[in-house]
Amino acid sequence: MSSPFSINGGACVAMVGKDCVAIACDLRLGLQSLTVSNNFPKIFPYGDVYLGLTGLATDVATVSDLLRYKVNLYRLREERAISPQTLANLVSSSLYERRFGPFFVSPVIAGINHTTGKPFICGFDSIGCIDFAKDFIVSGTASDQLFGTCEGLWEPDLAPEDLFETISQALLNAVDRDALSGWGAHVYIIEKDKVTKRLLKGRQD
Amino acid sequence: MPGFDFSNHARNAALHAQGFPLPKATSTGTTIVGCIFDGGVVIAADTRATSGPIVADKNCEKLHYISPQIWCAGAGTAADTEFTTALISSQLELHALSTGRNPRVVTCMTMLKQHLFQHQGHIGAYLVVAGVDPTGVGLFTVHAHGSTDKLPYVTMGSGSLAAMSVFETQWKSNIDREGAIKLAADAIQAGIFNDLGSGSNVDVCVITKEKTTLMRNYIRPNERERKQRSYVFKRGTTAVLREKVVERVDIGKYVTVHEVPLEAEGEKMEVDA
Amino acid sequence: MAALFGQDALTDNGPGYAFSQAPSSAAGGIRERSFYPYTDNGGSTLGIAGEDFTILAGDTRSTSGYNINTRYAPKVFKIGGDDSEGTNATIILSVVGFAADGQILKERLDTIVKMYRYQHGKPMSVKACAQRLSTILYGKRFFPYYVHAILGGLDEEGKGALYSYDPVGSYEREQCRAGGAAASLIMPFLDNQVNFKNQYVPESGEGHALQERPRVPLKRKETEELVRDAFTSAVERHIEVGDGLQMLVVTKDGVEEIYSPLKRD
Repeated sequence: MSSPFSINGGACVAMVGKDCVAIACDLRLGLQSLTVSNNFPKIFPYGDVYLGLTGLATDVATVSDLLRYKVNLYRLREERAISPQTLANLVSSSLYERRFGPFFVSPVIAGINHTTGKPFICGFDSIGCIDFAKDFIVSGTASDQLFGTCEGLWEPDLAPEDLFETISQALLNAVDRDALSGWGAHVYIIEKDKVTKRLLKGRQD
Repeated sequence: MPGFDFSNHARNAALHAQGFPLPKATSTGTTIVGCIFDGGVVIAADTRATSGPIVADKNCEKLHYISPQIWCAGAGTAADTEFTTALISSQLELHALSTGRNPRVVTCMTMLKQHLFQHQGHIGAYLVVAGVDPTGVGLFTVHAHGSTDKLPYVTMGSGSLAAMSVFETQWKSNIDREGAIKLAADAIQAGIFNDLGSGSNVDVCVITKEKTTLMRNYIRPNERERKQRSYVFKRGTTAVLREKVVERVDIGKYVTVHEVPLEAEGEKMEVDA
Repeated sequence: MAALFGQDALTDNGPGYAFSQAPSSAAGGIRERSFYPYTDNGGSTLGIAGEDFTILAGDTRSTSGYNINTRYAPKVFKIGGDDSEGTNATIILSVVGFAADGQILKERLDTIVKMYRYQHGKPMSVKACAQRLSTILYGKRFFPYYVHAILGGLDEEGKGALYSYDPVGSYEREQCRAGGAAASLIMPFLDNQVNFKNQYVPESGEGHALQERPRVPLKRKETEELVRDAFTSAVERHIEVGDGLQMLVVTKDGVEEIYSPLKRD
């Protein structure tokens, strides 16, 4: 029987560029091989930090709401926006709290730290182990395919426009080789002073 | 003690009973070692984290801070080694503050084993604890079920046999600082090259009475070569259906709280006559 | 002990070994014994067909569990040559999966292609060899050769030909194919770089009206570079791939072998 991580399907990827970061996800929601929706985005903005969540859809919804609640409380208490590093530790401890009854999600974070101005990405396993990477982070049912495309296509110091092409091609080609992901994609290119969100044309099969 | 939240446990157990497999945690396939020398102790680790046969992190940190003079190398479930060492580090600092003494390696080891034994092996942390305290040099291994060992040189993780083969052939008593560092790094490299669960770089931490030196990526024998081709795409290669740009000045609009004038026009509460 | 060293792959009953399961006993003293004759030896292969050449490549690592059996075990072979070295061969075969089955499959096909030449006085065509390989694999439908085979050569028109197989003989002629442990990593990269999947011609339209980037046959040098990049990428992210890269290139001048080292961690 399939794992809770691969019932609904989905893929997410984040990449670092020159003074910018990108995060992208597919739009499929399925029940095993049956596609239920082609408009189920897996990226959630918290201020100017972005969280991608793949895995069991019920947990994707629960965890995104739980973290929205926690991030809002943080903003009220601290009277400032949360930094990507702080969000990473918040996600990590929130997941590890449920070490023996985990949420079936693989989160990804992307953002620019506004104190240092440096790009930041990281990923997690379902119990909160942080993977700090300097290049890219992948998650979801197409993670193997994404590892292959990202490792092949990515290079350091890509400009925002080039980073967009690279992350989009990495995602689209990866999900086309995964039966449980695809059906369109969202891509966010995050720069210091602006965020560009694009809807990609992808195969609808 | 950490407050674990078991509220998903019943649901997940039901799911598991229906035949769903348990989630795959990032595990550090790992080679970790420790070796004492005259006047101190050295621990070392590789930097590969795996999830099944896939490398999840090529350069992760497996040497964890406990206190300035006590460090820990971790194998097993990555999240468990991370959080268990952080928890004990915190408790040990409070303990040191309340006793007014420097923390001891045995204390750290005992706290770790008691915590792990309490959880009956479900916390999958396999640790090498090393440090220098007022009683001298300490080097221990702690297994996930709570058993411990005290030896002059130790190895753990999936590469432990490869690493131990180096210690068993080259270790000698009265080894000096440089000799111990070299031996530990060689043992890790044996793991890196001969055990598939270990790879990438060598991290080393040397602790003496005087100071602690963390040498992150002490040896980097596995740098990726330059790619043969460049894969930068022509701009406009990807088909875009819709685009929305939000400028930073506008992001402010979404997050700032605007004052709402009291008794604004049309905002008055309707009251029954 | 198994619980004590739970992080150890060997005692964890993780990767499949022959006789790996302990005999389980049922009530009444009846013992069930099991025999699992397959092992996964890891590794990865890849093939690309060009205009007038075909490349088959494979890494040279052989693994079992977390151990390396050898750093040099070829996965790509010449088929139907004059001698055991494969001199004057025109067909190449790559096998990945269970190495012992791969070895036997290669021997059988090699013998058949040789016999064909002795009996008919002409070399076997790739098309015929491809069909024959399918028959061999299906002949063991209920005790299969546990391999993913890829066959390469030049067709009757001198164009690169590549055939890929499942373990029981279902096959198809393709432009490119990755097989083995890192197939899922390499294949989408190939789709993108060989067949230009998901790529469009910039400025050729808006949204749905964009023109797809036309496929052009790859040059041999480009292809060799692409193969090496695909493998160095797989080595970075898959623990069972590494040590060495072996490439066999078929052209009208025969088969050329190229070996280059890969990372050994």
